[in-house]
Amino acid sequence: MEEGMYRAVSGGRIALQRRQYSASCREFSVRCPRLQLRSLSAATCSVWLAAYGLFVLSQNSMVLSAAIFITLIGLIVYLHFVKIDQESLLVIGSLGIQMTSSYASGKENTTFIEMSQVKDVVINEAIYMQKVIYYLCILLQDPREPHGVSEVVPLFQKVKYFDHKARDQRITTTVCN
Amino acid sequence: MVLKVFFPSCCATAESGLLIGRWIPEQNSAVVLAVVHFPFIPGQVKQYLSEVQRVTQVNMCVLGSWSNSKQEKEEVLDKFLEDLSTIFSHEPWIQLSKEGDSKFWSCCIFQKYPSSPKEHEFILVYYDQRKVMLSQLHPTDSLTTSADHKGNDASELGAVFDTVAKSKVLFMTDRYDDGPIKLTHWQSEGVEASIIVELMKQASVPVCVLLTFLLSLVSSVCKSRVLKFWPLSFIWSKLSTCEQLGHRLEHLQIISSNRKAQNQTQLMRKANIFVSLLIDVALGILLMSWLYRENRIGQLADTLIPVADHIAKELQDLLQWLMGVPAGLKMNRALDQVLGRFFLYHIHLWISYIHLMSPFIEMILWYVGLSACLGLTVALSILSDIIALLTFHIYCFYVYGARLYCLKIYGLSSLWRLFRGKKWNVLRQRVDSCSYDLDQLFIGTLLFTILLFLLPTTALYYLVFTLLRLLVVVVQGLIHLLVDLIDSLPLYSVILRLCRSYRLAASVKFRVLEQKPGKPLRLLMQINPLSYGSVVQTYRLTSYACYPKDSWSSLCKKLFVGELIYPWKHKEEKQD
Repeated sequence: MEEGMYRAVSGGRIALQRRQYSASCREFSVRCPRLQLRSLSAATCSVWLAAYGLFVLSQNSMVLSAAIFITLIGLIVYLHFVKIDQESLLVIGSLGIQMTSSYASGKENTTFIEMSQVKDVVINEAIYMQKVIYYLCILLQDPREPHGVSEVVPLFQKVKYFDHKARDQRITTTVCN
Repeated sequence: MVLKVFFPSCCATAESGLLIGRWIPEQNSAVVLAVVHFPFIPGQVKQYLSEVQRVTQVNMCVLGSWSNSKQEKEEVLDKFLEDLSTIFSHEPWIQLSKEGDSKFWSCCIFQKYPSSPKEHEFILVYYDQRKVMLSQLHPTDSLTTSADHKGNDASELGAVFDTVAKSKVLFMTDRYDDGPIKLTHWQSEGVEASIIVELMKQASVPVCVLLTFLLSLVSSVCKSRVLKFWPLSFIWSKLSTCEQLGHRLEHLQIISSNRKAQNQTQLMRKANIFVSLLIDVALGILLMSWLYRENRIGQLADTLIPVADHIAKELQDLLQWLMGVPAGLKMNRALDQVLGRFFLYHIHLWISYIHLMSPFIEMILWYVGLSACLGLTVALSILSDIIALLTFHIYCFYVYGARLYCLKIYGLSSLWRLFRGKKWNVLRQRVDSCSYDLDQLFIGTLLFTILLFLLPTTALYYLVFTLLRLLVVVVQGLIHLLVDLIDSLPLYSVILRLCRSYRLAASVKFRVLEQKPGKPLRLLMQINPLSYGSVVQTYRLTSYACYPKDSWSSLCKKLFVGELIYPWKHKEEKQD
């Protein structure tokens, strides 16, 4: 198992972990930094200050309970639908490729693509604001029509893993072999 | 070369024996369905397999041997198992062996004519046999037509699911049977069945026959010539209640048909229709029990007449306002008075008609409310029809205003062309220049001026009544949308997704289990269920929804020109 620290497109630090289970099975997982306590406290404090200000203006205590409700619901929604803990790519030779994204609340979203549908794994370029970023994607083919590309599936979408071309190339060569 | 073995997790503790299942040569994978135990006679095993193969159409054979030794490796057993490979010739012969309680099995292959000298790599995939058997794979649209497992391009997972699902007959024998073959599979502890389900299956046959007979009576009455005469057939086509009743009749006919469902889609459709009808009738009865309590029908009837009166009074006030100086605009006095008086007389007629009906309203409502027991959708359709009847005068006013405005616009456009010296060529469907005589030009210009200065009055009446009509149309549309929602929501599929999510599978997911170097790769295959959105989309019942058939731009154009609009036209049945 090997691990390395890199930077995401947005600038945050992410960790890439590579594991090899057997000759034809490998897993690549990208981990995001955890939810920071200070950002959580900052958000909560700002919401509650605003609610208290409204309460002072309107003298309606419903505002305070509404603020608590909003904070709780917002936190649950954020943890369950927005905050990604880890994204992993499991490559099983001759079976297929599986992509899992796990959220901070424990929810896991899995997609499995069979090997017969995978045409190739490539590195694509995209222009994002003022820079060019490279991202991995899988080219899918219709098994009945091996010469056409039916879909392009970008990998590691949520984490926006990006760094030098070399690292992507390493993953690509590993996957293709 | 990679060899994949799909092994059912229920057979992991089985005694030593033979592995039977299906070998898929294109994908180099073996799907193990059961384990045959000692003692057995090879001839009987072969006979049994060919029988099962005939019934299930699955290419079943003996794949290899399975040895589960509680003590240390037994040499004698190994030799015996190798000899078996000569009796049941299968290329390649898979040998799985498990020692004691170890999690890590060893897998080797025995080939008479080794095709490639390379080392084989093994992948052991555990799967839950019962869940895979019951589940239905929903591939994405690119692979929807690969239902035939004969083609080489069939999806591998589809082949695995197909194999297990078709081998139901194999799972019917359990260890308490006295047959010559002893099998281990998911049902070998005893065949599962529910007595309630069996009783219901037996009872449903005569019930279906009775229902079919009743429905055929009802539909023959409906189709009789008496009801097809012109005024009646026109009324039936306009009333949404009749349409809704017709749909429900069709649904009942689908459920009560004697033919068994051919495939999964038809079965789910029948189940969805059944659950939808049940919920509909339950909600309808609930509504009925609420309505008939505390004389609510009487209260409703008592408030209906005052409400109708109130609407008429509001309309009269509106017309008085239009006949005066509406919003500061100065109307043409004479035309204003004519139109206003005409509409006021209409309202007077309508009010007298309502007052004529008032003693019978309560009785009519009482009997009409009884029809809510046919379902909530029927009750809502009746409500929509009652609204349509009560606002019939608004519809009439809209039609008058629209026709007048339309005529005026056409006249204006034609005279405008005359003004500029052009003419509409009907033959060539285009505008041509034309030389008019002086008297034609004079009269044309005069009429044009008259129509132009009378335009604001007509336009204002048209605007007011169109807005009222649109309001009524929007309310009716909302009711119809609700009815359509109840009609087409696949409740059974959604509940199935909630409670037995493995039955509706979108794909699978693999989990890598503990590994030991030197042993085959161990994976666990689990079912990834469909998302709720795709469940609703896949299993939606035919919707008879009346979506607006015009886009916004064409609607605006029609409004401007004065054409009559029917935005909620019932379109023809939408095929799934």
